[in-house]
Amino acid sequence: MSRWLVRIVLWPWRALARGKRAIRHQTLLKIGLVTVSFFILMALVCGPAGRGRYGLLPFAPPYHPERSYPEFPRLAPPSADHWMGTDHLQRDVFSRVIAGGWAPLAVAFASIAIAMSVGSLIGWISGYVGGWLDRGLSLTMDAIYSFPSMILAIALVAVIGTGITPMIAAISFVYVPTYFRITRAEVLRVREQTFVEAARAVGAPGPRILLRHIAPNTVNAIMAVSSFNIADAILTEAALSFLGYGLPPPAPDWGFDIQNGQRFLQSGYWWLITFPGLMILALSLGFGLIGEGISDMVNPKRRRKKAA
Amino acid sequence: MGLFKYILQRILLTIPMVLILLSVVFLVLRLMPGDPVLAMLGGRNVSPELIEQKRHEMGLDKPLLTQYVEYLGGIFRGDFGKSSRTGRPVLYELFHRLPATLELAIWGMFFASLFGITTGILAATRADHPVDHSVRVFHIGSFALPIFWVGLMLQVIFGVKLGWFPVAGRLGGRYLFTFERITGFYLLDAALQGDGKLVLEVAKHLVLPAVTLGLAQAGLLGRITRASMLEVLDADYVTTARSKGLAERLVVLKHALRNALIPIVTVLGLQFAILMGGAVLTETVFSWPGIAGFLVRSLDARDWFALQGTIAFIGIFIATINLVVDILYSFIDPRVRY
Repeated sequence: MSRWLVRIVLWPWRALARGKRAIRHQTLLKIGLVTVSFFILMALVCGPAGRGRYGLLPFAPPYHPERSYPEFPRLAPPSADHWMGTDHLQRDVFSRVIAGGWAPLAVAFASIAIAMSVGSLIGWISGYVGGWLDRGLSLTMDAIYSFPSMILAIALVAVIGTGITPMIAAISFVYVPTYFRITRAEVLRVREQTFVEAARAVGAPGPRILLRHIAPNTVNAIMAVSSFNIADAILTEAALSFLGYGLPPPAPDWGFDIQNGQRFLQSGYWWLITFPGLMILALSLGFGLIGEGISDMVNPKRRRKKAA
Repeated sequence: MGLFKYILQRILLTIPMVLILLSVVFLVLRLMPGDPVLAMLGGRNVSPELIEQKRHEMGLDKPLLTQYVEYLGGIFRGDFGKSSRTGRPVLYELFHRLPATLELAIWGMFFASLFGITTGILAATRADHPVDHSVRVFHIGSFALPIFWVGLMLQVIFGVKLGWFPVAGRLGGRYLFTFERITGFYLLDAALQGDGKLVLEVAKHLVLPAVTLGLAQAGLLGRITRASMLEVLDADYVTTARSKGLAERLVVLKHALRNALIPIVTVLGLQFAILMGGAVLTETVFSWPGIAGFLVRSLDARDWFALQGTIAFIGIFIATINLVVDILYSFIDPRVRY
């Protein structure tokens, strides 16, 4: 099992090392990696630092993101003092924006990690065992998969409750079928290959064949989609938080800040929604670009088409 | 396999799928941590007697299996429960709102095709040209768009700052009470009433939400179009058409695009589920009186049966759409039947 963990944790680096020559021309992948690293760094430096404090450095974030400052103007447009303006509660929007990135990141990482573990475990078993178990599981997963994931996530969160953990639970549930399908398809492909037949011929027990011979060969396909799914999960987190199921106020959370800004939109106070939205876009785009780059690297057909 | 047999088989396959989906909805809503009764009564300081009474009223004190059978039976009889917020049957509420959602979805699909297919063709015909690269960036960016934010930004720019389009609802206030609802599709209704001004009014309300929905879907369509076109443009019959001396425009639009459309049409059909998900947020942002908006308002009001009924309805609806798409597809491309 520990070999497994090492394999999964090391996957991105191994993939990069393997594709060192390829990555030199992977502009998309590079931009994506830089963007995502920037956001992770920002979340670590400016996020909550315990006991209601935010930020590891005194100047980042410049003001306390949850506190109303009586000396600040109310709903002031961006200026030298407040780079992204101030909101209706006399808070600094810039501080809220840079402190609010940890929630989408944490929720997206956690929920995709859970969905990946659960989904691929069921997928391995279902694909390997086959028969009625496989049929039943496939039909169930297809039924969930065909349902709009955004609506499912919203409904789940509405039942479970608001906050970080419910969001993680809902989003991971929604993505389980995705990983189940990929893993199962990969197992069916790998199962027919000669090295599996050889393992079976020397009398290796079923669980050993599955864990040692089949499962490792499905990891690439699973990891290749994860980046796209994280990008999508970030949008889902933002949407849930926009609908009011995210972090409880006054904690900074991009989606919820956009909902707050919506009330002042008719008066033309554009800065309340523009900046948090751009952050969501950039973060999701970063993961999308990484996924794009990985697909280019993994799939030689796409690479050739690009070069042609 | 004959066409009839294929259709029959497809329908038979849809039934267990819908049953499973309904069961999953039921189980998830019942077994998830969180008490619907407590949530409905909305607070901590509720007497246990009141909770018990409410639980009894909602039928939640019965054994799980009985509840399950009653729930499935109700759906088969077309009884999706009663909304505690509006006091009307959930099914009535949903059918009343379905045209609004469909109208939005259809026009969203239209804009998605407009942005997606045209840029896809553009990129494929100029492969590895800067045009291709910028289109590709647009397609990737489209996946990363938070749809509710796009809606709000369009509202700020085109509604508030420029004042070109209204930002909410399907009709302006002064038409609200005189508008004659015939089909529920307002654009069609306005046309049927033969009032040009009214058509314009309805169309103006449609533009921003439909573009919002379309922008978020354009990326996927665009990528499929690009890939499909690239493949077709390599085919022998395209070379033949070119060597006959046909104008490039004709080759691309008549010979290549028609054949490239097959995968595009499939994706268009399957995208409907994603579109419904996007519609929840679009309808919320634009105060659009559709199904998805109803769902969100039911959640806010803790309207338990409305939530359960709406989800079941959407599930059945999407399964039906997928079925229809598959059957239509077997007409376009006879190969899938075998």
